[in-house]
Amino acid sequence: MTENTRRRLLSIVCILGFFVAWEILCFIFNVSDIVLPRPSQILMTLWTRFPAIWPHALQTLYTTLLGFALGIVIGILLGMLIGSSRLAYDVAYPLLVGFSSIPKVAVVPIFVLWFGAGTVPAVLTAMIMCIFPIVVNVATGLAATEPELRDVMRTLRASKWEILWNIGLPRTMPYFFASLKVAATLAFVGTVISETVASNRGIGNLMMIASSSFDVPLVFAGLFILAALGVALYAIFSLIEGRVTGWAVRSDNFSAGG
Amino acid sequence: MIAFSPSELALSGNVIDLEKVRVTFGGANNQVTALAETSLRIDHGEFVALVGPSGCGKSTILKLVAGTLAATEGNVFVAGREVGAENARIGMAFQNPTLLPWLNIRDNVMMPLKIVPPFKHGFSRKRKTEYRDRVEQSLARVGLAGFGDKFPWQLSGGMQQRASLCRALIHDPTLLLLDEPFGALDQFTREELWEIMQQLWIEKRPTVVLVTHDLKEAAYLATRICVMQARPGRIVDDSAVSFARPRTIEISFEPEFVSLTQRLRERIVAARAVQEPVS
Repeated sequence: MTENTRRRLLSIVCILGFFVAWEILCFIFNVSDIVLPRPSQILMTLWTRFPAIWPHALQTLYTTLLGFALGIVIGILLGMLIGSSRLAYDVAYPLLVGFSSIPKVAVVPIFVLWFGAGTVPAVLTAMIMCIFPIVVNVATGLAATEPELRDVMRTLRASKWEILWNIGLPRTMPYFFASLKVAATLAFVGTVISETVASNRGIGNLMMIASSSFDVPLVFAGLFILAALGVALYAIFSLIEGRVTGWAVRSDNFSAGG
Repeated sequence: MIAFSPSELALSGNVIDLEKVRVTFGGANNQVTALAETSLRIDHGEFVALVGPSGCGKSTILKLVAGTLAATEGNVFVAGREVGAENARIGMAFQNPTLLPWLNIRDNVMMPLKIVPPFKHGFSRKRKTEYRDRVEQSLARVGLAGFGDKFPWQLSGGMQQRASLCRALIHDPTLLLLDEPFGALDQFTREELWEIMQQLWIEKRPTVVLVTHDLKEAAYLATRICVMQARPGRIVDDSAVSFARPRTIEISFEPEFVSLTQRLRERIVAARAVQEPVS
């Protein structure tokens, strides 16, 4: 058994141990499932009511991915603008910080006012949740590009665009992917906030309705779904990150895989 | 047939022409003169070494020609045109390897072919294999055959510096700017690279400007040595070096060579003794 597989096995055992402990403690202290359902109950609920949960989960995933994608596009564009222009930095940064300090739940009613309840406000909320970390990181990455690397290109008489494409953007990739992992989880938060407030579909809505009827196992089932989706998205971007930015951590896999 | 205008014809003999150039840094109160008014002309095919203590403005001259620094006063012409608008192919190697960490050695060396015309026009098409061969040959020449797939961090500092030289040379530059590229290397690697550099200069005759603080390196490689002095930076001596080519390391033990480096050394030491107040 190699060091790597042992490490992985150990982490899996510990994570499973957490749920087992939860199960056992609830059982010993006889905790009511209205307060805190046991993991086995939550899994049972997921299994038996899967047909009812499934469309909600799909809706939330679809909304989140759409908002996330929009957030990435706008985030990169804004980040590039802010990272390469002093004026844009001075103007946009205070605005961005101010905007990101607003609780997003306060913004949802405005979106509902503009676009009506349903999918659109959820997409937009997910989007604005993930723009900020992406913008900040892309801008930082561009600003942190070593001047020497730029000078290499300037002596070759490269255009501004060629410098951005060949130096600025690759240099920014580690920052960008770090922000994507944060943004991916934030996008779920945004979607669920909006669904809770103003939608008749999605996991957020499902949990709202379940908690108002004291169906606590179903609420927790919703949480489990969200957590699982979040972990999956995070894992996907970690994988891509390893392939694209392995040079930053000098990983041997990166050099072998090209 | 290319028609030259009279002014271009007049200038075409000089690859580099600094006209009363001055470079200062800082504001009105704490102004530092990096380069006092300097004029320098370098002809086609010359190998000019700029030597002097640190702070004498030798790197400043190189940056002016490279176009990464603008002159405070005066004009910089490269290949008969204002710097930046010239048609010369420029290759540059720095004191640090400055390789891009996300590209392997092959792609790093290939970078100029992607940027510099006319190579860039063939880059995305069938010529890519041709470029690959070109890079392999270039790497083999500096003793890096088979290292194309490696990433910069997997190579020693000396090997990275060799790769960086390949990158400076891959697009057959007509003007080669070298900013102490051998400075951080051990003596044996350095002498080996001097020899490669000399071979290359004899074959292709690019115009070379080499910044160095190593007098032996200057005397071994250059056809002309400009000695510079600090505070404010300026050229205080400009002399030709006429040893026969190809030169070997053995030449550095001959009396003529030794007396040349001695003379240069004394010139620099004397210049340091009469330091002027900061202007």
